[in-house]
Amino acid sequence: MKRPVRDWLLGLWSVAALVYLFIPIVVVAAFSFNDPAGRFNLEWAGFTLEHWQRPFAVEGLGTAFRNSLLIAAISTALAVLLGTFMALALVRYRFVGRGPTDFFVFLPLATPEVVLGAALLGLFITMGVATGFVTVVIAHTMFNVAYVVVTIKARLQGMDTHLEEAAADLGANEWTAFRKVTLPLIAPGLAAAALLSFALSVDDFVITNFTAGQTSTFPLFIYGAARQGVPPQVNVLATILLLAVLGLMALNVLAQRRRARADGAAVEPARIAVQPGLAQ
Amino acid sequence: MGATAVTATPKSEPAATDADIVLRGVTKRFGDLTAVDALDLSIPRGSFFALLGPSGCGKTTTLRMIGGFEDPTEGTVLLGGQDVTDLPPFKRDVNTVFQSYALFPHLDVQRNVAFGLERRKLSKHAVRERVAQVLELTQLTGMEKRKPNQLSGGQQQRVALARALVNRPRALLLDEPLGALDLRLRRQLQIELKRIQTDVGLTFVHVTHDQEEAMTLADEIAVMSEGRIEQRGSATDLYETPRTQFVANFLGLSNLIDARLTGRDPRYATYETHDGATVRAPSELARDGAVRLGVRPEKLEILTEQPEGMNVLRGRVEVAAFLGVSLQYVVRTPGGEELTVIEQNRAGANGGTVGPGRDVLLAWRPEHPFVVDKETEHAG
Repeated sequence: MKRPVRDWLLGLWSVAALVYLFIPIVVVAAFSFNDPAGRFNLEWAGFTLEHWQRPFAVEGLGTAFRNSLLIAAISTALAVLLGTFMALALVRYRFVGRGPTDFFVFLPLATPEVVLGAALLGLFITMGVATGFVTVVIAHTMFNVAYVVVTIKARLQGMDTHLEEAAADLGANEWTAFRKVTLPLIAPGLAAAALLSFALSVDDFVITNFTAGQTSTFPLFIYGAARQGVPPQVNVLATILLLAVLGLMALNVLAQRRRARADGAAVEPARIAVQPGLAQ
Repeated sequence: MGATAVTATPKSEPAATDADIVLRGVTKRFGDLTAVDALDLSIPRGSFFALLGPSGCGKTTTLRMIGGFEDPTEGTVLLGGQDVTDLPPFKRDVNTVFQSYALFPHLDVQRNVAFGLERRKLSKHAVRERVAQVLELTQLTGMEKRKPNQLSGGQQQRVALARALVNRPRALLLDEPLGALDLRLRRQLQIELKRIQTDVGLTFVHVTHDQEEAMTLADEIAVMSEGRIEQRGSATDLYETPRTQFVANFLGLSNLIDARLTGRDPRYATYETHDGATVRAPSELARDGAVRLGVRPEKLEILTEQPEGMNVLRGRVEVAAFLGVSLQYVVRTPGGEELTVIEQNRAGANGGTVGPGRDVLLAWRPEHPFVVDKETEHAG
């Protein structure tokens, strides 16, 4: 095949693939401006900014959205804290049970969510813990820890262990060495892990559904609402979330680029695959 | 290695008060592997001391125990008379230049070099002044704002050196500091390193596997093998009178001939080689039992007539190679040994070479040979 023809076909193919990927998202965003005739926000009836002006007009949506953000924030903070130190222990130290820990930390990634969710519900019931906000936070922290450990471990493994020795050699105790050398060097990994955790938590439906009890979250609300017709406000909030995540990712990429330029050498771009797949 | 292994030449063993760094009976085991084996070592203040040996001989482990990065399994480490065996690296008054340099990639040159001083809570002004001083000493002025990966290998090496020197430690530990550089740069930085050590007068402990580097830089060299010190002394001592077969082969080329002591007078001892020739060696080196006489290739002369007062072996030229500055021959003796001879190219093209197949006499002066115990070959 001739080169121009091949290039042209490749371009066309790429565009088609992108359109396929983005059409659902575009539809979600577009229908946040729809003024639906009935309960179902499925047919385009006219443009309005009403839902954008009052996004929390639907009863229960505001609470659900706030719960989602809070659960995501708390579970992300806990997961990053726990996961970072777990990754440090796994990479830097040799201890009894290191191998099994290294293996089991991956389990939440490999286990089907529905199994995890059901198992957690069973556990909570057996232990007599009432399901609700706290149990959702516990569940989300659990699977987020796995992602954080994986991300930070990759970062730490690429780091010269002599750097920490050099810090100690120059008079820094363990805490100072961590603060002045290790932490700044794993910071990009931390940021990526936190973004990923937050997105996964906001997005999660299956495990949340099992562990939420009477507590509502954004995905749970949408699922519930879907039966009587999803209000356009959901589209508004989904679009806001989408834009927020896009903004954060763009910031991350920019920060990495700037650092790469400042360092004068290629720094690996953030290996982060955030696929929020919101409310579709 | 037998029990006769020499750990240190008594005359160069300094009094304990002069020693900056003292290791007493230090052993380090990693599981079944003994990396360092009951090592005694004292390094005099202000000296440039090299630990030389092949990879895996325990030299880096020894250095890391001085720096505090490895805990000795047994024994004590003293710095300036103080027992520091149980102190972590950040409480030891020594600084290390790592083989990988271990520069902090997120900090510029200025902040890298200032790292140690900042830990000591010096005033900003004092930090700036001392950093500027040491950057000048290491010829890095103007590089303050560069990040490590914007520097060449040689510059990174200098930053690592500056970052350690700026703290004015009791001793500087250098772990193969020039190992990652190409040959030309290495030679250039060796000279610089020596100049800096002379300027600042600090004790330098330099770990290397490069014998030429050790000989160029160090006042004193300890040759290590299998976790022990084989021999310690100046470059001249080690080269001219190696005391073990390992040292003889590790530092430069040696011709070793099996021999037996047959007699001695005040000046020379007489040996009979295994193919029946009689040769002499300095009397003070005389040893009984199965020994090997060693002679360096450049000390051998190829002659066709019997000389006066020299050791002589007969042989046949196997290989003759023209190397420009020198000529190298391999001569096989009737006993089967292949001896290497290096001859300066004084005669030029017209002199001609002694071609392969010719019967020749190999001669060397009786004060030149050294004597080592015969040992079974081991990895080196």
